[in-house]
Amino acid sequence: MYDVIIIGGGVVGASALREAVSYGMKALLLEADDDVATGTSRANSGIIHAGYDAKPNSLKAKFNVRGNALCYELAGELGIDAKRIGSLVVSTKEGLKGLEDLEKRGKENGVDVKIIRREEILRIEKNVADDIEYALYAKDGGIISPYKFTIALADNAVINGGEVILESKVVKIDNNGGKFTVYTENGKSYETKIVVNSAGGHANDINAMLGDEIYDTEFRRGDYFVLDTKEAKNISTVLFPLPDERGKGVLVAPTVDGNVIYGPTSIKVESIEDTGVTGEGLDIIRASVTKSYKCPNYRNVIRVYAGVRSIVGGDFVIKWSDKVDNYFILAGICSPGLTSAPAIGEYVAKEIADRLGKKEKKKLIPNKRAKHFASMSVDELNELVKEDPRWCKIVCRCEKVSEKEIVEAINSPVKATSVDAVKRRARAGMGRCGGGFCAPDVMEIIARELDIPLTAVKKGGKNSNIAVSYVKEDGIDV
Amino acid sequence: MDRMETICIMCPMGCSLTVESDGGNISVKGNTCLRGKVYGENEFTSPKRVVTSLVRLEEGGVVSVKTNGLIPKSMIGDILRTIKDVRVKKPVHIGDIIIKDVLNTGVDVVATSVRE
Amino acid sequence: MYNYDVIVIGGGSAGMSAALEARKNGAEKVAILERDSRLGGILNQCIHNGFGLHYFKEELTGPEYANKFVKLVDESDIDVYLDTLVTSMTKDKKIVAVNPVDGVMNMTAKAVVLAMGCRERTAGAIAMPGSRPAGIYTAGMAQRLANIDGYLVGKKVVILGSGDIGLIMARRMTFEGAKVLAVLELMPYSSGLKRNIVQCLEDYNIPLYYSHTVTRAKGKNRLEGIYYAPVDENRRPILEQEKYIECDTLLLSVGLIPANDMALALGVETDPVTGSMAVDERRETSIEGIFASGNVLHVHDLVDNVSEESAIAGKYAGEYSKGVRENGRPYSVKASSGVRYALPQKVYSGEGKVKIFFRVGNIYKNAKLVVKSGENVIFTKKYMILSPGEMEYVLLDKSSLSGDVSIALEV
Repeated sequence: MYDVIIIGGGVVGASALREAVSYGMKALLLEADDDVATGTSRANSGIIHAGYDAKPNSLKAKFNVRGNALCYELAGELGIDAKRIGSLVVSTKEGLKGLEDLEKRGKENGVDVKIIRREEILRIEKNVADDIEYALYAKDGGIISPYKFTIALADNAVINGGEVILESKVVKIDNNGGKFTVYTENGKSYETKIVVNSAGGHANDINAMLGDEIYDTEFRRGDYFVLDTKEAKNISTVLFPLPDERGKGVLVAPTVDGNVIYGPTSIKVESIEDTGVTGEGLDIIRASVTKSYKCPNYRNVIRVYAGVRSIVGGDFVIKWSDKVDNYFILAGICSPGLTSAPAIGEYVAKEIADRLGKKEKKKLIPNKRAKHFASMSVDELNELVKEDPRWCKIVCRCEKVSEKEIVEAINSPVKATSVDAVKRRARAGMGRCGGGFCAPDVMEIIARELDIPLTAVKKGGKNSNIAVSYVKEDGIDV
Repeated sequence: MDRMETICIMCPMGCSLTVESDGGNISVKGNTCLRGKVYGENEFTSPKRVVTSLVRLEEGGVVSVKTNGLIPKSMIGDILRTIKDVRVKKPVHIGDIIIKDVLNTGVDVVATSVRE
Repeated sequence: MYNYDVIVIGGGSAGMSAALEARKNGAEKVAILERDSRLGGILNQCIHNGFGLHYFKEELTGPEYANKFVKLVDESDIDVYLDTLVTSMTKDKKIVAVNPVDGVMNMTAKAVVLAMGCRERTAGAIAMPGSRPAGIYTAGMAQRLANIDGYLVGKKVVILGSGDIGLIMARRMTFEGAKVLAVLELMPYSSGLKRNIVQCLEDYNIPLYYSHTVTRAKGKNRLEGIYYAPVDENRRPILEQEKYIECDTLLLSVGLIPANDMALALGVETDPVTGSMAVDERRETSIEGIFASGNVLHVHDLVDNVSEESAIAGKYAGEYSKGVRENGRPYSVKASSGVRYALPQKVYSGEGKVKIFFRVGNIYKNAKLVVKSGENVIFTKKYMILSPGEMEYVLLDKSSLSGDVSIALEV
């Protein structure tokens, strides 16, 4: 019998799991896909928002501001990077009023913001567009990898006693008064006192299983360009235009791993699964980016991607169910959801702890920070290669990722069993060759580590096997 | 078949050829040189190819192979289907004969890579 | 311990030729640094034939061609470092390289030959819309998995791009039991060899659609199909005529990019058209003692030319390491009027002949190539046909050089 089962392995679910574990709860996270962070948490801007944008006194404002502090605080013990590079909302002369509104909102939310003029802007960000006169500067804005964050939270929960079970889509939940029985697609079932719905775009599906309210949900897709690390020298902060009614607008930002992104769009789609990039979306980005940034360089694009977020009304849904006892609902966690995640997890776990009468929070064992060839010193590498030569066998040449790092990624607390899962942890395949050279090698390493045939190695998700068969297995129709 | 359309591969011109036969004579149209005429006639009467493919190794994996001469184009499929079921043991060296005189063509299937 | 006269980065056809030639021309200590676990480079997975017709007067498959050079390297005293990646390099030829046996090595060289080859343009780099499921790969990755490892990446295949890699893979996939449904080509012509159009597509009734492109991919975790459409004169898709093909695999053959990132970061002079290093006739870049050859310099069609070019680079790298410097009068080489680029971008006065490679930007019929040096026309040739997919060359007498060289088409 679990104290809590959390349904959905996105950044919020992983954060809630870790916080639950810190109260000593017996906690389980069930994730439908074959890795955590494969939904909204996988494909977004990776921004740690400062918190000036959210409406004062909303849940978004409260959790954004608290989450902002936590992201930087936790990064160290999670073994990941959270970079406080600052954010700028830039405008021409005409936009000053809009910036002043944001500044006012920011101050009400308790955020350190100020309006600066072109001269000072150029000292911080040299490539703003030529007609930019003013900017709102928030020194606590920053960047984080959304999937590494999720993975680190989940790994940390697991090394501290939590459980994560992948490929466990929840199909039915029985409510037996004092407990729930949660059934998964692969025929297993688990009992628990409390259920947390952190299923993201599928939140309504879980609500339906318990006869709870179905939210009127809007889904919006954000398309992105990813630029080669060669572009990193051209941008230092998170650069926003003035926001409009659809959202914060198309930004330009570095990523923690050294790339640059342009995006997102805000295009209404039918479902959370509509993650296909469209030409129209990319055209919108091309047209919008020049408002704030003077040197976009599409010849250095190495990838395009898109993510979909769920919007329920104007604010987050973070509450105990009105209809079902001991059932906690999270829905509509769109921007600033990533930033807010550690604060939401903290809140959810405290709510559950109070209900279960658990008072003490224990100090968690921190994650061991993964070693990366690309950032180690020559001396360190020469020592390590004696222990294990695979530290110096480079598999991903574009990003300089060693075989040993890939093996460690596969054997993480939450195991990485697909090429994409390895990519998210070890970065192999994220370079300019798009994995063209290294994917077959990564596949071989996965096959060896998991003791499975190469034909069983997946890219990521059901039926995503890369090598579908041996050659000549089928009839040759010539 | 009494009519064939193809591209001449004798030079970068890539003339589009139409080759026809009335039972006795073969006529080539579209060529701009004599080599093209000869190519068209040969392609029509007896097109030949070298086949390059793979043979599976007993230990797993594959080794690349080729026919060490031209074979009739119409036999490509049969040759591939013959190669399909062959298994070879390592070590394999370039030039090793994998199938001697494949399907009575007088041509061998030989290994083109090293597998040790 | 790691101090060499010449270090060659890359052990494919370019690197092997360069190293062998450097060894014969003054360099005593020569090393090849190769990131794969054997020499041969991309040739190891090019199991089709058509290699060596010029260089060896024989028609060989890729591995057979490579093997001829591997044997020569094995028989020589050239040091070969396998599984070795160069992680950084400076202008004064200090190279940091790493492998599982030696760990991190600080190497020095008097001369360096860059021979790293190229990489494939990806779906991401062309910003291809749609989903990003399993089933979308570059043609080269599918080639590696089939020809080296023995696996098929799918059964119902569409290929985008009719360059030689795309055409070759159409036949490969067909031979190994897959069905290739179509080849889509953005341009109104193919950049591949005519021979491959006939022997890879026509022979197997695989349709080729010129002036078409993929508009988006469909499929969540696995490709289910692709939408495609004809393109207009600006190569933009005409979406009203979009159609759908059900398939589980899309192979991309949409261009090769020289893998010259490390060299460019050193600040070498580049050719704006090739996007790669500008070199003189000895294949020396603008940084003294750093030479380049093969696909890292400009993408070739025939490996025979790679071997020839790399022999030049290796010879002069070897001589450079012994203190021999060029002292002829330099003349720039510029391409214009239909000629997209010419390489080398600099030649010298002196004796003998010099070969200048060039590519045109479009298909030209009955065009006259005019080569001038200063004001003088020093060479002309009439071509029945010139196409972007076929690299050409002119052989010039150095004695005819008296001014900067221009290569242009008179149509």
